[in-house]
Amino acid sequence: MAIVFEKTKGLTDKPTHYCPGCTHGIIHRLVAEAMVELGVLENAIGVAPVGCSVLAYDYFNCDMHQAAHGRAPAVATGIKRVHPNNFVFTYQGDGDLASIGAAEIVHAAHRGEKFSTIFVNNAIYGMTGGQMAPTTLIGQKATTAPYGRDEATTGKPIRMSELLATIDGAVFVERVAVNTPANIRKAKKAILECFKVQLEGKGFGIVEVLSTCPTNWGITPVEAMKWLENNMIPYYPLGNFRKPGEVE
Amino acid sequence: MTKVLMKGNEAVGAAAIAAGCRYFFGYPITPQNEIPEYMSRELGKVGGVFVQAESEVAAINMVYGAAGSGARVMTSSSSPGIALKQEGISYIAGAELPCVIVDMMRGGPGLGSIQPAQGDYFLATRGGGNGDYRMIVLAPADVQELVDLVIEGFDLADIYRTPVMILGDGMIGQMMEPVEFKTEANKELPEKDWATVGTGGKRKPNVINSLYLQAEDLENHNIKLQAKFAKIRENEKRVEKYNIENADIVLTAYGTTSRIAKTAISKLEKEGYKVGLIRPISLYPFPNEAYEEINEDAKGVLTIEMSSGQMIDDVRLSLNGKLPTYFYGRTGGMVPSPEEIVNKVKEILGGDK
Repeated sequence: MAIVFEKTKGLTDKPTHYCPGCTHGIIHRLVAEAMVELGVLENAIGVAPVGCSVLAYDYFNCDMHQAAHGRAPAVATGIKRVHPNNFVFTYQGDGDLASIGAAEIVHAAHRGEKFSTIFVNNAIYGMTGGQMAPTTLIGQKATTAPYGRDEATTGKPIRMSELLATIDGAVFVERVAVNTPANIRKAKKAILECFKVQLEGKGFGIVEVLSTCPTNWGITPVEAMKWLENNMIPYYPLGNFRKPGEVE
Repeated sequence: MTKVLMKGNEAVGAAAIAAGCRYFFGYPITPQNEIPEYMSRELGKVGGVFVQAESEVAAINMVYGAAGSGARVMTSSSSPGIALKQEGISYIAGAELPCVIVDMMRGGPGLGSIQPAQGDYFLATRGGGNGDYRMIVLAPADVQELVDLVIEGFDLADIYRTPVMILGDGMIGQMMEPVEFKTEANKELPEKDWATVGTGGKRKPNVINSLYLQAEDLENHNIKLQAKFAKIRENEKRVEKYNIENADIVLTAYGTTSRIAKTAISKLEKEGYKVGLIRPISLYPFPNEAYEEINEDAKGVLTIEMSSGQMIDDVRLSLNGKLPTYFYGRTGGMVPSPEEIVNKVKEILGGDK
């Protein structure tokens, strides 16, 4: 019998702890498939963040580090400088990357560190129970913004891809979403392209993936996919912000 | 090997390279800037890597990544910068990674001053970061000892899979003295089979981690760490003792202040006083047994520090009430003079020789 689909070898058999309807599982699979397809799984070293994906070190079937909150890009810098021929990636959420780890991601990009970052943006702190993130949308309710995010006191949501795209060392920057099969296919393509940038030694690459959090958004998984499309994509436009060749 | 005249901070860099350290991650702060400057100049020549991080926080996390990847790696800073590194040091201790951290102490608290001080004793020996951990803390008193302890520190880090702190101060970092570099060849060190280098498809993934969500698992991890610290206490105490069996009073000090104490002792001896010295070289593990060997008829133990009194806690714990304890300290970058110590000793002894 011909096998038409099988689970990627890039993931372990450990059942994940993610909530029903959470899109971390899809993103894990895309990252793992990309590593297998590019033939880098066996020399890959990944860095898991603090946040919902803290246990990613149990799920990716390659050597892993668990990093302090926001510090994954610094940890990855240490790894990649020791092992320049290994494939190194960080997997971070929006609280981790856009808030506490803003300095680390900006300076890893600024130095042109040759690793890849998967940035999962679900506009909220998931693991700690739904607090406001820098990426939370205006009016969106969070446990530390119980009346909805107020621009007057908390500013507007930060667009990390646009910010990072202003840094010369960030040679690949793209925002994707995983709310529809078509978008998932585009996300996979972007992740592959981003990883190739590292393998070709061109510099730092990041793929921002718009993701859902039905649990903390307080809606069903199906509603969450729609909420992402109707609210996140208009504020966080999908597309490529930087590719090799565009960098002077 | 011929001796070369070197500034303490540069000697740290040269010692690290002699010990096989090829990775350095740092951030500028006075009075230790010559360490990253030396490494930026010299590491590339031996195939190593220097990265000036965006912050001390980032630098120590780069160390975490490099150490977890199996490298001999070092970072250095001075007091406020070391305070920022505590997050990473706790993770490094928790994940059991080897590395060397140099603290050239300056005055505090806060931004403090840039002059030498010893106010980081608690931070270094009690584990300044979160959780139940200790690290080996070594306190050199001259540039040669600084070199020797940096080289030995890398081996201790590898043997025990622990961060090792070299606790100097602005004085030792800035002074120039003749040094030679002695490395022990063929020392047997454990294999780093736990490091992340890529599975090569030949083994299960290695994971560098300090997270244990199950309370039982974390307690077991802590029990294992404590067993390691007990082994360190058993095997790695280092101390210099002088005339403690016959002394009327014993001075105790580490690093820079121990040298000033020695000058005070020779002045006092010329006047007929019998004065001993205990100089802890390892601050963790603290050489507590040395204090038990002090002559029972001694009038007491005088702790001298460039702080308001931090090591004196360990001196008191070691003496356990056996002898009276006295303290003399200067702070804020002020360095005690031998005369101040001589006067303090005379005050304690009340003219008794």
